[in-house]
Amino acid sequence: MIHPYMPNSVDTVKKEMMDEIGVKSISDIYESVIPKELRLDRPLKLPEPILSEQELKKHVETLLEKNISCADYSNFLGAGCYQRYVPAICDEIAGRAEFLTAYCGDTYSDHGKMQAIFEYASMMAELLDTDVVSYTMFDAGQAVSSSMRMAFRLRKNRKTILVPHTMNPEIYSQATHYCKSDGRLVKVKAESGLMDMKDYARKLTDDVAAVFIENPTFLGAFEKNAKEIIDLAHKKGALAIVMPSVTSLGIIEPPANYGADITCGDIQELGIHMNYGGGLGGFIATAMDDELVEEYPTYLYGIAETEEEGKFGWGRALNHRCSHGSRENAKEYFGTEAGLWTIVAGTYLALMGPQGMKETAELIQSRAVYAEAMLKKIGGIEVNAWKNQYFQEFTVCFDKAKMTVKEVNQKLLEYGIFGGKDLSGWFPEYGQSALYCFGEMTDQKRIDQLCMALKNIVEGE
Amino acid sequence: MARIRDFHQARWDEPIIFDIGRKGERGILVERPKKEVMEIAGDTSRHIPEGFLRKTPPALPEISQMQVLRHYLRLSQETIGTDLNIDIGLGTCTMKYSPKNHETFANSPKVAELHPYQDESTVQGILELMYHLQEYLKEISGMDEVCLNAGGGSQAIFSNTSLIRAYHEARGEGAKRNEIITTILSHPANAGAPSTLGYKLITLYPDESGCPDLEALKACVGEHTAGLLITNPEDTGIYNERIKEYVKIVHEAGGLCIYDQANLNGLFGLTRAREAGFDACHYNLHKSFSSPHGSQGPGAGVQCVTRDLAKYLPVPIAAYDEETRTYYLDGGFPESIGKIRKYQGVTPVIVRAYAYIRSLGGEGLKQVAELAILNNNYLLKKLESVKGISLPWAKGKKRLEQARLSWEKLTEETGVNTDDIDRRIVDYGFQSYFASHHPMIIPEPFTPEACETYSKQDIDEYAKAFEMISEEAYQDPEIVKRAPHKAALKTQINQDMLIKPELFACTWRAYQKKKSKRND
Repeated sequence: MIHPYMPNSVDTVKKEMMDEIGVKSISDIYESVIPKELRLDRPLKLPEPILSEQELKKHVETLLEKNISCADYSNFLGAGCYQRYVPAICDEIAGRAEFLTAYCGDTYSDHGKMQAIFEYASMMAELLDTDVVSYTMFDAGQAVSSSMRMAFRLRKNRKTILVPHTMNPEIYSQATHYCKSDGRLVKVKAESGLMDMKDYARKLTDDVAAVFIENPTFLGAFEKNAKEIIDLAHKKGALAIVMPSVTSLGIIEPPANYGADITCGDIQELGIHMNYGGGLGGFIATAMDDELVEEYPTYLYGIAETEEEGKFGWGRALNHRCSHGSRENAKEYFGTEAGLWTIVAGTYLALMGPQGMKETAELIQSRAVYAEAMLKKIGGIEVNAWKNQYFQEFTVCFDKAKMTVKEVNQKLLEYGIFGGKDLSGWFPEYGQSALYCFGEMTDQKRIDQLCMALKNIVEGE
Repeated sequence: MARIRDFHQARWDEPIIFDIGRKGERGILVERPKKEVMEIAGDTSRHIPEGFLRKTPPALPEISQMQVLRHYLRLSQETIGTDLNIDIGLGTCTMKYSPKNHETFANSPKVAELHPYQDESTVQGILELMYHLQEYLKEISGMDEVCLNAGGGSQAIFSNTSLIRAYHEARGEGAKRNEIITTILSHPANAGAPSTLGYKLITLYPDESGCPDLEALKACVGEHTAGLLITNPEDTGIYNERIKEYVKIVHEAGGLCIYDQANLNGLFGLTRAREAGFDACHYNLHKSFSSPHGSQGPGAGVQCVTRDLAKYLPVPIAAYDEETRTYYLDGGFPESIGKIRKYQGVTPVIVRAYAYIRSLGGEGLKQVAELAILNNNYLLKKLESVKGISLPWAKGKKRLEQARLSWEKLTEETGVNTDDIDRRIVDYGFQSYFASHHPMIIPEPFTPEACETYSKQDIDEYAKAFEMISEEAYQDPEIVKRAPHKAALKTQINQDMLIKPELFACTWRAYQKKKSKRND
């Protein structure tokens, strides 16, 4: 079959090449090395190929057309993946063939890519107020997990990391598994949605390598005692790992400024589409401390001076730390993770600048506050039960309405609305609660429509 | 006659982004809250706990829109993507063509704007696609269950090794079976991931056949063996025809066997993990199944496993309910190792892989493998006549889809080494190539992979460039040693800055601090 992705499928060309190699057929080559008993003696049973580009397009689009996306409905889901406004230039740069189809080319073939990656880390460093920022990792979960492993290595003989009870359950699962050979994660009570300081003090023993907090918490609240939590950890010789919402940092102090030793998180919010969860990218950031830098398990893109004054090149630095440099003796493993998103997030930060970041965070915050006020007018639902201050997300409980989140969300679909993330499976003690998220894409009209729909649903239509 | 190009990469001499723009410039204006919202929300700082309001704004650049766009476009022009060159040099990476048709699917709002927690009734299309992709991959591997969760090949290796641990733990042998065997020519993650999981590593080296030493394997297996992580063919392209014996030896010792099939390009439809007796394998969807590599990701790894291991897989997995005729995400594996990555996989890559398989079918995929093998062997034939290059090990044995060559002779005779050639090749308009992972057990290595999407003309041009560089090395080695000359960066960097911790800086602010300290 002559296929457009295979130029040498043309018989005459194929024959010329075989003649040059000195074989009569291609199978002569592989049959000479793959034993008969290992060869598949039948064609793969796969659907017939859809050969024309037009028909393939029709086929895939017909399939995807069955999806209803957040561009179709109003979306109030967040919980670790956020629908943000993506500037047109971010899409333009993400689609540039040079960046999109580059791979691990280095200093000399991919000078521009290396500069873009270094600039990403440099802009993240300003946002986070740290001097060292890693290359992207798979997702925030990987960044959190590796941050914890860094802490275990830096605090040898300590086997515990304290985490809040409300910790993102998916990341908790990832980190528990990832840290198993070094230690364990122990949950601290969070009955008010924030870390219980008494329970924390009780559990903060000499065995604690680090405390991990999210700020805002997974349930949206500012961990307002963060500084005290960190100070207490430091007094015990433990490290502090903090995961912020990167978007909030337009108006909120970055964790390094209230004592975090390691800041980690996700860059998906910075100009990257949700992609059904495929748009994630993790980062780790710290101060320029040799001891900390040595523990980074992934690439760091270093700047290098050249023979010409004022001209720079870039390369992967201190590679002995990584499994690419020293295999099993490295800190951890890593591989191809989420590189393109560094360039997109860099573009986003360059476009937004300090003022854009500030205004976006303010917009999100005002809409969430507005939504809370409007939702509170509805009888039968409990909004932000613990009255914590929050960023973009808070809980809504349907216990009083005697409805499950599942029922409410099913009915919301009829209004063209994706209701908040159902928390009842992960946190049954919070009853029938959902985590609602607000932001650039949920304007006043959409919030008002949500309130109207919820009012109808809980009060009976 | 092979083409020789008079190439010169764009050289924009682009300043660091912090040196562009002036205070007060805006790259984009964002929406402001409407009056009614403001009336209720008021000043947002009121809603932030004391002490958390940012005192100093982040010192991000302030640049107008056109200038931001131009900066990034210029940087892109100083980058050689696969779309722009004959990207044969990055062997093991499978730099094949990624169809543009697939980009329209991946970028469609019906994929890009899906939230991972949407109600299943609203994502039937993507779930159906994922379910069918899993079924196709079962057939391609011969395995019983497939999981699409991993964010890349190395994470799939990590997850497969986690299954080994779960399997032995369930048998009460978790602590005893604390050794993983791998090979020196396997991807570093085959050593790094088990060690991250707490395993002791045993590494097999190749014997004169170029394949891992079978006698060494026999000598090291035993009651501590948890499993074997092995690749075939390894980066050398030498197919290990006795692979089944390795599997048998490890199985007899009570261990499990995992096949690293990150690169399946020379094997599609020819031979499968199942027939070789493996318990699990993994594929990198961004390699053989064609996704643009995105400056190192986003990638996607898939795990294909036997029935015995399926219950330990990470969750969720796309499933189909015959009764309701709907697709759903099955998270109900009580013995699952849990999550390895948030949500259910790197969806854009999954979508492209689905489209790729559908555009080729079984016969087409087999043709991919055959033409990848043909291209590689044709390239090797062409390179054979290049002075100073050799193909170590297994003399006379055909390679499959890639090969590891050596410039040792050229280095001995001219002083020009593989790093020099790797810089010089950029002057000819090609991507810098992949030498080898560390440690480099083949001296002065070079690992090309001529995927099926490159034409005979492409390969001729590529081989010709090395012939020219070899001539340069013998006649005027300084040209090669001083390279690159026509790249965006025309001089060489001070390597010490990437090696010495005291000079290291990975952000602009850190560099400035260290520099001023040095100057003090």
